[in-house]
Amino acid sequence: MGLTDDAVDPVRFVDERLGASSLARRALRYVFPEHWSFLLGEVALYSFAFLVLSGTYLAFFFSPDIEPHQTYAGPFRELVGFSVTPAYDSVLRLSSTVPAGLMVRQAHHWAALVFVVAMVAHLARTFFTAAFRKPREVIWMFGVLLLGVGVFEGFAGYSLPDDLLSGMGLGIAYSVALAVPLLGGALGALLWGGEYPGSGVIESRLYIAHVFVVPAIMALLIVLHLALVARHHHTQFPGPGRRERNTVGNPMWPGYALRSLGLMLLVFAVLVGLGGLVQINPIWQWGPYEINRATNGAQPDWYLGWLIGGLRIMPPLEIRVWGKTLVPNPFWGGALFPTVVFAYLMAHPWIESRLTRDRAPHHLLDRPRDHPWRTAFGAAFLTWVGSIFFAGSSDRLFYQVGIDYEAQVHVYRVLVVVLPIVVFVATKAVCDELRRTRAAPALGGPPTVVRRRPDNAFEELRE
Amino acid sequence: MKALARLAFLAGAVRALRRRRPPRATEDDADAVDLPRRELPNDRRAEAAVAILLVVGGLLAAGFGVLVVADPQTQLLGGVLAAALACVGAALGLASKRVVVQEVDVEERHPPRAEDEARLIEELKAGGEGISRRRVLIGAAGVACCGLAGAVVLPVTGLGPALGDAPNRTPWRRGKRLVDARTQAPLKVDDLEIGSFQSALPEGASPEDLGAPVAVVRVDPRALRLPPERRDWAPEGFVAYSQICTHAACAVTLFRYPVYEDTSKGPALVCPCHYSTFDVLRAADPIFGPAARPLAQLPLAIAADRTLVAAGPLSGSVGPSYWGVKPSSPSTHARGSLPPRGGAPWA
Repeated sequence: MGLTDDAVDPVRFVDERLGASSLARRALRYVFPEHWSFLLGEVALYSFAFLVLSGTYLAFFFSPDIEPHQTYAGPFRELVGFSVTPAYDSVLRLSSTVPAGLMVRQAHHWAALVFVVAMVAHLARTFFTAAFRKPREVIWMFGVLLLGVGVFEGFAGYSLPDDLLSGMGLGIAYSVALAVPLLGGALGALLWGGEYPGSGVIESRLYIAHVFVVPAIMALLIVLHLALVARHHHTQFPGPGRRERNTVGNPMWPGYALRSLGLMLLVFAVLVGLGGLVQINPIWQWGPYEINRATNGAQPDWYLGWLIGGLRIMPPLEIRVWGKTLVPNPFWGGALFPTVVFAYLMAHPWIESRLTRDRAPHHLLDRPRDHPWRTAFGAAFLTWVGSIFFAGSSDRLFYQVGIDYEAQVHVYRVLVVVLPIVVFVATKAVCDELRRTRAAPALGGPPTVVRRRPDNAFEELRE
Repeated sequence: MKALARLAFLAGAVRALRRRRPPRATEDDADAVDLPRRELPNDRRAEAAVAILLVVGGLLAAGFGVLVVADPQTQLLGGVLAAALACVGAALGLASKRVVVQEVDVEERHPPRAEDEARLIEELKAGGEGISRRRVLIGAAGVACCGLAGAVVLPVTGLGPALGDAPNRTPWRRGKRLVDARTQAPLKVDDLEIGSFQSALPEGASPEDLGAPVAVVRVDPRALRLPPERRDWAPEGFVAYSQICTHAACAVTLFRYPVYEDTSKGPALVCPCHYSTFDVLRAADPIFGPAARPLAQLPLAIAADRTLVAAGPLSGSVGPSYWGVKPSSPSTHARGSLPPRGGAPWA
């Protein structure tokens, strides 16, 4: 036999070079506790993977330049004769003549939406089950950071094609930068290379940010997030044999690995299906950006809705001193509001442990009902951000249903304050009631006790 | 009907599945559970199903490859590739549940140990043994850090020139002719009737200049309530305002003009981004939405050839607010009082 051991035993071949077999063995036996809600984070992870793959493909065809302007020649007939930038032209070409180009572009856009949805759902799950508690506060903070960076990455992405929606979004971003008290003018000029719309530098800066700097940061954050999760092992709901000091569940190999890969492919299938079948951001309908054009027909991605809402329902308040504008209006809804939301999310694990004086590590999850204060607060916080989010859609409601816009804004200004309080009180009451009755409505109503009578019939016992 | 029945069956199945889950137990009865568990599957039908799904998925994926070359239609491509991915994904999911060994395993956690931490602290301290002028060195290292941080951060200022006075410099001068933003044709007074809206640029200006675009609207001259010093800025009911919203730099492209004056709201320019609303009759005073500054007004005149020309520069800064903007005129916010009472608001 001319074969060496190396050739017949690939595991030994690899291990003799990497020396990682004990690590790999432990990884294969890593235990994943089971609950459907634990998959939300995986959906986010796989959406990110899809974004990297599809984005790499798109980068082969995209040009970030906005000089020199050229006259569009087709095939989109409505745009023939328009003066377009290479950026806009390259996305039009990608969407019309590159095979599968439009499908991949749309799937990429859809993946961004799904990515942020999954992150928000995962964050809510983590919050309501208190998975953020010691020793996982830092994992939570990396997660919140990922959400913030992810929203920015999405904004940078749809700002690149230099269509009308891109330009409107960048104009608003410039105004928010300008609205930072005192430093705003310098900040705006710094980022845009002068007064808006600048000389094209913002587009090239956003491009390198979108395709390299921000994804690299996100990849690093994801690695840190997951490495720390693995270090402490997953949390689990209380159950038979489940303790603070162990994890009970499905080992990585073979069951969990197969299931997770299956989930990845199903996420990809949904994204590709959406990309092929459901139109998104048809930039040939918006047209190229010029500073004197704007439309209500092109709406930003959903995850910016809360900022749009914040900008819209803010009353016309600007703080002026000595005839100068100290705090311009977009600061409130566009800068202060998201800063407060993200700063609070980052701080919540520390605030809660301080208020409850609970400094012990926790590996078993809470049921939301068992901690009415936290659950009610979380629901109220979500309602606060959510009602501002919905305020951002009031113009579509006006155009499509005909509800008076100004009246809607007045109502939202009240709801944003009142609704969180109502939701807080209601959630607290529901939690208390569920705890008292030990009802399980999601599992088919409260438990009943039956007794067999001497005549063999059954009767229900009431407490 | 059939679909409904199927849906009901599905809901029932889901509920049954959920009920099958073992009830929650406290730690006390935990020892009653036999862990870890390991069951060997023997499900030949599931194996066959997985094999079929894998083959179908593979064929569909290959079909996608053929379509990309032969007939790249977006919908067909997306549908076929999604079906391929879904088949393989379903195969893996089914394999995980029915084909491979089913295990519930227990893994102990290994929380950090206090003695390891104590040893780490000792080793960290040991690294600093024998240093006599500790404070001097810490101070010096602090200086080095600050200097290096400055050296890294300060070049950032090279990114862009200061904004300076840019929002107050616009291409509008006395005598500048107004042209159609799209066709570059001069605006003729007699082409625009009362209630019309037109986006205009100064002749020969860069379309990339925030100070350039203005919204020209024509209203009934008797309805105008401009401040006294602007009385002759609106010949024959033509008024022009900067088209860049003072809230967030969007183009003000909506013109609200009352269809029936008794019940409709008055004529106003509206920004489609955040719906800041500016009263065109009263010097673009913001009357609704987040904008707190009026749009700068362009004084107009009618030339001998009946085209519109600028009668002077814009009345204030253009675009969103920041420390350096000059208000067009102090906003009145005195809604419903026309013209504003007292001298102060328009002083």
